[in-house]
Amino acid sequence: MCGIAALQLRNPLLHPRMGSLLSSMLCQIVDRGPDSAGLAVYNTPGLVSPGTSTLSLLGRDQGIPLDAITRELEKLLPASAAAAVQVVGDTTLVSAAVGTDLLVKAVSETLPGSTIIGRGEHVAVMKSVGHPMEIAAEHGLEAMAGSQGLSHTRMATESAVTAGGSHPFSVADDLCLVHNGSFSNHATVRRDLKREGVVFDSENDTEVGARYVASRLQQGDTLEEALVNLGKVLDGFYTLVVTTADSMAVVRDLIACKPAIIAETDDYVAMASEYRALAALPGIENARIFEPEPGKVYTWSL
Amino acid sequence: MVTLTAPEAPTLGALAETAMAVDLAGSPVRELNQALHVAVDGQSWTVTSPGGKHSLAVGITADIQVTIQGHAGYYAAGMHQKGDVTINGNAGVGLAENIMSGRVHVTGDASQSAAATGHGGLVVIDGNASARCGISMKGVDIVVGGNIGHMSAFMAQAGRLVVCGDAGEALGDSIYEARIYVKGTVASLGADCVEKPLRDEHLAELGELLAAAGRTENPADFKRYGSARNLYHFNVDNSTAY
Repeated sequence: MCGIAALQLRNPLLHPRMGSLLSSMLCQIVDRGPDSAGLAVYNTPGLVSPGTSTLSLLGRDQGIPLDAITRELEKLLPASAAAAVQVVGDTTLVSAAVGTDLLVKAVSETLPGSTIIGRGEHVAVMKSVGHPMEIAAEHGLEAMAGSQGLSHTRMATESAVTAGGSHPFSVADDLCLVHNGSFSNHATVRRDLKREGVVFDSENDTEVGARYVASRLQQGDTLEEALVNLGKVLDGFYTLVVTTADSMAVVRDLIACKPAIIAETDDYVAMASEYRALAALPGIENARIFEPEPGKVYTWSL
Repeated sequence: MVTLTAPEAPTLGALAETAMAVDLAGSPVRELNQALHVAVDGQSWTVTSPGGKHSLAVGITADIQVTIQGHAGYYAAGMHQKGDVTINGNAGVGLAENIMSGRVHVTGDASQSAAATGHGGLVVIDGNASARCGISMKGVDIVVGGNIGHMSAFMAQAGRLVVCGDAGEALGDSIYEARIYVKGTVASLGADCVEKPLRDEHLAELGELLAAAGRTENPADFKRYGSARNLYHFNVDNSTAY
């Protein structure tokens, strides 16, 4: 199985409630994948800020104290970058007023053993192993504001139960991908991408999907085109949710083995593996509720 | 605890006359189902706040009326043997799976595998049904007001499937003796499923099914599909293909 909950808030008045709404969705899908979980939140004050790049690093302990990390980064970055490091739950967030590429380079030099699980100006990504509700509580999801959010409760099938194997996979600026299902030809596609110079962090099949989408976007595809192309290249059964700085997309494979349900109102679009995750959302009784058609890419923009 | 509105220590006769109400916001599904399993003929039950919970009203064996006010999750009214279940909302995966007899009615949409392996009874879906509706049906009748998804009636063995809207890809793949009636378009027919003439007995049968589902479509507007019966027989010409 695996459980997906994704929420894009169209009404800014709901932004302060983003975390509590996502948390209520998450608690209904824990049964679908209780081994680990991941969260991605967009435009959450305190985690990201405009004009600043933020990298999410796996784990709370990077091997050296936070102030030492900050001092090392300050040596590598311009004085105006105002590097900052904070720990949120089981995740370390590094921010600086520079482009993500420069920040990635500085962090890779400072913390060569670290794994970057999220990057961009708008997104913070958090992952851990354990009960998804405990993970959400450790990271303080309930209190987070934001414009959109994504969470995944995992039942590992294609790779080990590790925080690195948790979704979402965020491999390009503000891009996140979560997956329920598996890709059967991920090893082949991984080899093809590696030949193109793409570097992987994990053995996870979903990372292949995320790297593929990132690669297509870099080549000029729109998000919709990238997901149509993914359907042609990656074999398997899946429901995917992909988010960018201002968009959310849902696609299922042609057999539609994996469940998905969408609720749309003037205030939000929400997607989950099952209706019960949507049942507590405000105004759900008047929402347009539908199952995405197999093979069809759905996109929404803020 | 399930909250029953019946008076204390009612007689069976009095129970049969009484409307029973269960609010799932405050009681677990297991207790609802246990209460329904000891219900007596003639009772009328209303379930509120279903919240998409799984396995609502499964395995009912008495001639009772159950109304679920809202959306149901997976496997609602599964293994249904007697009585009527009405869901005023949508239903999740596996609605009325393995239904034996009786009636299940969904006013909204149903997800995948509705009425899968159903042996008898009637399943009415006013909205759309998703993929694999009536997969491996073994005698159940299904009437869908809207569209059905791909691979519906796959390996269907007996019963009738009526679709007032359109059917998705591979309708009736590897079908045996079930009969399929579709008013709208069929994206494609599966292996061994063919269009067949709509004779008087079929018009009569379809008219009865539509009436039973409370629908007003004209049977003459439908097309009938069924098995070409080519898969019943081993084809010796293929013996060298393996």
